Amino acid sequence: MSATRNVRSRVGRAALAVYAFGGFIFLFAPIAFIVAFSFNKPKGKFNIIWQEFTLDNWRNPLADEALTEALWMSLRIAALSTGISTILGSMIAISLSRYSFRGSSAYNFLLVLPLTTPEIVLGSSLATLFLGQSIVEFGFTTIVIAHVMFQVSFVALTIRARIRGYDWTLEQAAQDLGASPFMTFRKVTLPLILPGIMAAALLAFALSIDDFIITFFNAGSTMTFPLQIFGASRVSISPQINVLATSILLLTVGILAVGTFTGARRRARHGLDG
Amino acid sequence: MAAAVVERIRSTDRSTGEKWGLGLLVLVGVCLLAIGAGWVPGGLSFLLLVVIGIVLVGLISAAVLGGPDLRRTLAPYGLLKPGSMWLALFYLAPLWTLLRNSLSAKESRFDVQATFSWEFSNYGTAFTDFGPQFTRAFLYAGIATALTIMIGYPVAYFIAFRGGRWRNILLGLVVVPFFTSYLIRTIAWSSILADSGPAVKIIETLRFNGILEAIGIMDDGRLINTATAVIFGLTYNFLPFMILPIYVSLEKIDTRLVDAAQDLYSSASRAFRKIVLPLSVPGVFAGTLLTFIPAAGDFVNAQFLGNPNTTMIGNSIQDQFLRQNNYPVASAMAFVLMAIITVLVLIYSKFFGTEDLA
Repeated sequence: MSATRNVRSRVGRAALAVYAFGGFIFLFAPIAFIVAFSFNKPKGKFNIIWQEFTLDNWRNPLADEALTEALWMSLRIAALSTGISTILGSMIAISLSRYSFRGSSAYNFLLVLPLTTPEIVLGSSLATLFLGQSIVEFGFTTIVIAHVMFQVSFVALTIRARIRGYDWTLEQAAQDLGASPFMTFRKVTLPLILPGIMAAALLAFALSIDDFIITFFNAGSTMTFPLQIFGASRVSISPQINVLATSILLLTVGILAVGTFTGARRRARHGLDG
Repeated sequence: MAAAVVERIRSTDRSTGEKWGLGLLVLVGVCLLAIGAGWVPGGLSFLLLVVIGIVLVGLISAAVLGGPDLRRTLAPYGLLKPGSMWLALFYLAPLWTLLRNSLSAKESRFDVQATFSWEFSNYGTAFTDFGPQFTRAFLYAGIATALTIMIGYPVAYFIAFRGGRWRNILLGLVVVPFFTSYLIRTIAWSSILADSGPAVKIIETLRFNGILEAIGIMDDGRLINTATAVIFGLTYNFLPFMILPIYVSLEKIDTRLVDAAQDLYSSASRAFRKIVLPLSVPGVFAGTLLTFIPAAGDFVNAQFLGNPNTTMIGNSIQDQFLRQNNYPVASAMAFVLMAIITVLVLIYSKFFGTEDLA
């Protein structure tokens, strides 16, 4: 009886592992394609059918000027919008997790609303707001406004989830020991919530760089990286897209790996097991 | 006089402070909403801005002049203010202008602005001309969501319970593919599914095309530019939004519960059904919302992987808004999309609801 059960559970385990492996293959199939096609020498303007191997595309990753410029624009937009949304979102998260106050549950609801609104509704509704006024024109400013709008909720909720168990009486302790409110914030509060803020900022940055739908409605003639790819995709799909995508992928994975590695080392040094 | 005012502020008790803090937060939000939504004419907007300025200055001086207790009472409202102002002006007010636009009409094709005229016919147009797009949007999003659960649940289960010390790395691997741009990933699928691409070749070598053709997955030996490809793309692009929340809820489960069940002679599958599955419902719930909502409004997958007969409502909204400049009908469609999704979410949360949406 127990022998058959053992066999059965072992078969089940193996089946699950194979299934999960298949899931990861599915996740990585297009990535393998993107990387492989950065070494393709396309016939014609569309880099979607494999022809022959070449290193030419990698010789100058920034060869496609419009694409490079668009990437630069995306980075600028992401930097600014992430800066603003991280500040606004952190303030909201601190307020909601540190204080219990009248109206906080209603506020939680308001905060989740933008996340349950489809992007196309967020994008088109914001565009109707901008259409009806003459203060700002569609472009850099409207894109930044749009990005901050959807980033704020993500940032606030991410930080709040991270600092839920935080012991706020430490602040009281610092103040009892004579620290000024500013000192307390700098020496006690900030170091403790900083990892959460950093994680949220990274998420916000990634969301901004990759956003297509909302940006599409509010960009005017400004080209961000995704908009440039979309606009050009009707007439050409250049291998430089794959080269840049692969570079960005390697760069982010590298940053994350270094971050995880040093984080783990720091925890080990402090004798904490994270 | 000034001393008396300061004395009054200092002696404010907690409950009064809360009332003022909350009241003024709402007031500032409503003022910005009114300005953005165009409820008031231009001159009055300026007045509202002045009101907001006075409120902000007033609150800051109250916090400076008042004691630590008052500062503590006012602090949460103060911290909420900048973010709330942003959301009031750039999230809530646009929903109003969207509604207003959906009830407006353009006098000529070349007008930029539509004028408000209780034009309910826009909603009629949205339903009669774009009914199939609505149906397809919800159908495709629904199938894609079901597929992400079928693919994502076992993967999340594997990471949570069999991952061991590789857990974090496996979790990272789920996210890594999504560091490449959404559009590039979708374009990559279009070359994988292309007529001479690897997917079709594999299917032909395995001689599966007959079966796939029969159940309607393939069309004339093609995968690309079919409904299958669109659903496939949606499934792929939203898969991590299903895996991660399910993982989070599975990870919280105390595995000793399963051990206890098995000690009490429960079979493994019964233990799964009675313990693991119910405890992971919040994760599936959150994942479903995170997958279904964006999938229903998506137009990128239908654009790159579909054909003119597989367009979704997102494609129509985008086309009407940005290409035809037909803002009223586009707004009506966007509003209907939001309304239907809200109703579905409400019904769905009645059955599976949890408070912990985030």
